[in-house]
Amino acid sequence: MAAHYPALQVVLALLAAPVCLILRRPNAAWAVATVITWISLALALSLLGRVWETGVILYPMGDWAAPWGIEYQIDTVNAFMLVIVTLIGSVVMPFARASVEAEIEEERIYLFYCMYLLNLAGLLGIAITGDVFNLFVFLEISSLSSYVMISLGRDKRALTAAYRYLVMGTIGATFYLIGVGMMYMMTGTLNMADLATILPAVADSRTVMVALGFLTVGLGLKLALFPLHLWLPNAYAYAPSAVTVFLAATGTKVAVYAFIRIFFTVFGGVEIFTAGVIPEILAVLAALAMIGASAVAIYQTDVKRLLAYSSIAQIGYMVLGISMVTVTGLAGTIVHLFNHAIMKGGLFMAMGCILFKIGSVQLDQFEGLGKRMPVTMAAFVAGGFSLIGVPLTVGFVSKWYLVQAALEKGWWLAVAVILVSSLMAVIYIWRVVEVAYFRPPPKGSAEVSEAPLSMLVPLWILIGASYYFGIDATRTLDIAFAAAESLFGGPL
Amino acid sequence: MTVELAIILAVAVPFAGAVLIPLARATPNLRETVTLVCAALLFYLVSVIYPTVAAGGVPEVYLFEMLPGLSVFFLVEPLGMIFAGVASFLWIATSVYSIGYMRGHNEENQTRFYACFAIALGAAMGIAFAGNMLTLFIFYEVLTLSTFPLVAHAGTEDAKRAGRVYLGVLLGTSLGFQLLAIIWTWTLAGTLDFTDGGILAGKADGLTAGILLALYTFGIGKAALMPFHRWLPSAMVAPTPVSALLHAVAVVKAGVFTVVKVVVYIFGIDFLFDIGVSEWLQYMAAATILIASLVAMTQDNLKARLAYSTISQLSYIILGAMLVTDLGVIGSGMHIAMHAFGKITLFFCAGAFMIAAHKTEISQMRGIGRAMPFTTLAFFIGSLSVIGLPPMGGLWSKWYLALGTLEAGKLWLLGVLMVSSLLNVAYLLPIPFRGFFSSPEENPPLKSSHDHDREHDHTHDHDRPNGIKEAPVACLIAIGVTSAGCLVLFFYPDPVYELMRMIVAP
Amino acid sequence: MEFLGLLNYWIIVVLMMTGFYIVIAHNNLVKKIVGLNIFQVSVFVFYITMAKVKGGTPPILAEGIEIYSNPLPHVLILTAIVVGVATTALGLALVVRIRDAYGTIEDDEIEAQENEL
Repeated sequence: MAAHYPALQVVLALLAAPVCLILRRPNAAWAVATVITWISLALALSLLGRVWETGVILYPMGDWAAPWGIEYQIDTVNAFMLVIVTLIGSVVMPFARASVEAEIEEERIYLFYCMYLLNLAGLLGIAITGDVFNLFVFLEISSLSSYVMISLGRDKRALTAAYRYLVMGTIGATFYLIGVGMMYMMTGTLNMADLATILPAVADSRTVMVALGFLTVGLGLKLALFPLHLWLPNAYAYAPSAVTVFLAATGTKVAVYAFIRIFFTVFGGVEIFTAGVIPEILAVLAALAMIGASAVAIYQTDVKRLLAYSSIAQIGYMVLGISMVTVTGLAGTIVHLFNHAIMKGGLFMAMGCILFKIGSVQLDQFEGLGKRMPVTMAAFVAGGFSLIGVPLTVGFVSKWYLVQAALEKGWWLAVAVILVSSLMAVIYIWRVVEVAYFRPPPKGSAEVSEAPLSMLVPLWILIGASYYFGIDATRTLDIAFAAAESLFGGPL
Repeated sequence: MTVELAIILAVAVPFAGAVLIPLARATPNLRETVTLVCAALLFYLVSVIYPTVAAGGVPEVYLFEMLPGLSVFFLVEPLGMIFAGVASFLWIATSVYSIGYMRGHNEENQTRFYACFAIALGAAMGIAFAGNMLTLFIFYEVLTLSTFPLVAHAGTEDAKRAGRVYLGVLLGTSLGFQLLAIIWTWTLAGTLDFTDGGILAGKADGLTAGILLALYTFGIGKAALMPFHRWLPSAMVAPTPVSALLHAVAVVKAGVFTVVKVVVYIFGIDFLFDIGVSEWLQYMAAATILIASLVAMTQDNLKARLAYSTISQLSYIILGAMLVTDLGVIGSGMHIAMHAFGKITLFFCAGAFMIAAHKTEISQMRGIGRAMPFTTLAFFIGSLSVIGLPPMGGLWSKWYLALGTLEAGKLWLLGVLMVSSLLNVAYLLPIPFRGFFSSPEENPPLKSSHDHDREHDHTHDHDRPNGIKEAPVACLIAIGVTSAGCLVLFFYPDPVYELMRMIVAP
Repeated sequence: MEFLGLLNYWIIVVLMMTGFYIVIAHNNLVKKIVGLNIFQVSVFVFYITMAKVKGGTPPILAEGIEIYSNPLPHVLILTAIVVGVATTALGLALVVRIRDAYGTIEDDEIEAQENEL
């Protein structure tokens, strides 16, 4: 049984999705989705435990031997990704019940859970697979389901946001597909490990370089790398809260993982970093994202959009870590994948609670919210500290390692950009705090009225986690460093 | 009780108080009792630790490992002992004072005020006992964030603007420069522990060490070295107890304390002396001393004048540290204690003038000594101590600082200290003198006090020049205790001196 | 001769650019979907054309056949076509909903409405 955990990890969620369609009852669908997510988390944790103890797990799908069959390859990096995705899912599910009821029409709720499960399956599939084409398929499963979930938002702008995301996402996926095709032309294989051994021999060909370009742009669109981020703000701002929490915490992270996988495993044997200008380009784009998106965030009046722009900036941190091509930098990126997932998940959950009670996340609606929703706003402030990078939060840990990596590399400008960007976070977080705490509540709404416990508890679990892993970061950092070192170890 | 337990409790008690205070918000008397009990308990705990440190011990408490190879732990050395002792003793005085002040002034949100105050004290204890730079930085940021609600306490536009300046400068310098310096030190030395003789010797060349020292000194915004001093005058919109304990003692002393710690335990005095990079920071400190004193003379608002005086006095401490000589460092450490007692007395008096006579501007304070003789006398005592005249404790720290400049062979710095003392005389002493010897009728007509709108003036209601009208008794007790402290420290400066001597000659 | 030898690739490039251009330049949301389809089709053709082996037959196992085209890209592209169909269906469904909500499927008119919100 335990041997088949890798398959179950993806298949369970995939099979449960149609079950939700058949059940139709919102509560039943919610129960199925929750149970499946929790089982998936257990599977992911056990896989991580096994990888930690015995090393890489190889699982040939249907016993078709690689490189002909599809093979699942699980090392520290993607085992960690599986845990991140399922962990966030497990916390989001209890939160989703009340939030979804408030934000999606009753007769569509079961569809939401169906789509959520498909999305989960897609993200887990991206993380677990060792086959570049299989990755494309899972990428599309997760993308298509996320377009649907975004379009379920109350605001009609959710529809156009979903449509624009669909167009850009499809272009990105197609670019990725072209890249895969070109690699296949040169190597005749789709297996990542196999590609990694064959690619160096043909690395000089123009085809391979063009393939790399297509892969970079394609995945760059998916992970919202500046300036390919245009789909993100509206999609996050107008999607239902539960969707925003889940997508913001996992969707782009998995895309970053795929990016790392292509660059460091598939092209691991090719010296694309030392020879080319790719690291410089990535670093410049990351820096622009960190400064530009933070600057835009300062001027937002919709707090959900504000956080969406902050996400683009945070993705800049991750790409910056990748572009350094050092173990410390990459470990910083990997640990930030986790850290940002929990803190941004928590912040978007706070938005969900406010939408639930106030019905709007416009900044001017936040007046006196510190008194009206003290528990939620306290969570927002605590999460905001993490975004700024105050010590004892996870944001501090990520920043510490990224700055350290930049110092080791002598990238002074990068150091400055990281620090300036975190100071800009002070400004946009503080704008919200000031309105919520230092302006009196509008008349007639002064009484305390909090979101239900089923939403507050998940919120505080994520916020609590962002302090727990900020106070004792040794565990996450051990995993991140092991993952980064394994990525530099070349092919699997 | 073991010393280790006392250390942990000393940091934990104020935080526990911050939890209990909101729970007791329904009954203000109980709430204030919590504050007083916490303050007394804290001072008791610190006094439990003292004998061990005075006997040369360095008790250490390990807390947890935060990053791989980098832990959070406490280690009490003499300098931290001084800071903790001063802060915890003055918290008692301030708590007594606050009760009189906050009630006399009918402040709102008093629960938030007392809770944040307690957190700030807990953070100050954490800074005092920090065993490495990471621990210190954590509590440093806690202190910044917990004092923000105190500065913006009033919630008016002015208070909010001041709060933004406060937070902007303090977070900007600490996240922008100090954190960078810390991470850089970590990559160079592989440790952040406070170690006798420093950790950077041999790990950094002269240029790197120079840049690092600048990053540290300016990154510690709480030390208010110009040009990063703007937050301190801004913070004066806060209620007076905050200005008194936090912005004359806990917060600003946490800043200069950190500077001294960095110079002594991160760089090491000998290492800094050898590479000689601290010289231009002496210039910066000297410039701050003189400029801030000159600006203080132009301020008519009493709290603003005191704030600039604090900026100037803080740079004495930085200057002493940057001299990197034994006597200079001793002077620095002693000045942390001496200035604390003097300046808190002055702030207490300023607050008393405000609640009893509703006067905030110096030009209105002619003849105030007739209505408030006790407060004005205390102001006189505090002024003498800050200036550094006998028979006040302030004499000793200036004495050692002066000796330090001679030891370093910098005669011109001695000149700076002298000129500054004269300036101190010029901006402080006229206030009590006019209070006693001028008559109130000479007061110019009231003009609306700029940017201190909540300190509203109702002079006409209470102006009874011939009757004695002092501040509430609670305030007077606190003023009496701190001004007596200034005197006591003149006759018994030994504990402070001995502790500092242990640092430079272990 | 080289041009003719690479003719299939030229066709792919032209198709791709055509589709891409339609997606970017056209204002009508349905036409954008059409463009997206053309763009995807070019990639399908790309996969199929690379599978062709000179002198090879279709990949069907039969007596006497030694050389045959690579069947794997065909299989891959079947999957990709399915994905493409799903995308198109979803895209069109969204357009229907957008028309319900905005009363138009012209991008600039929708944007004008959104800016007013």
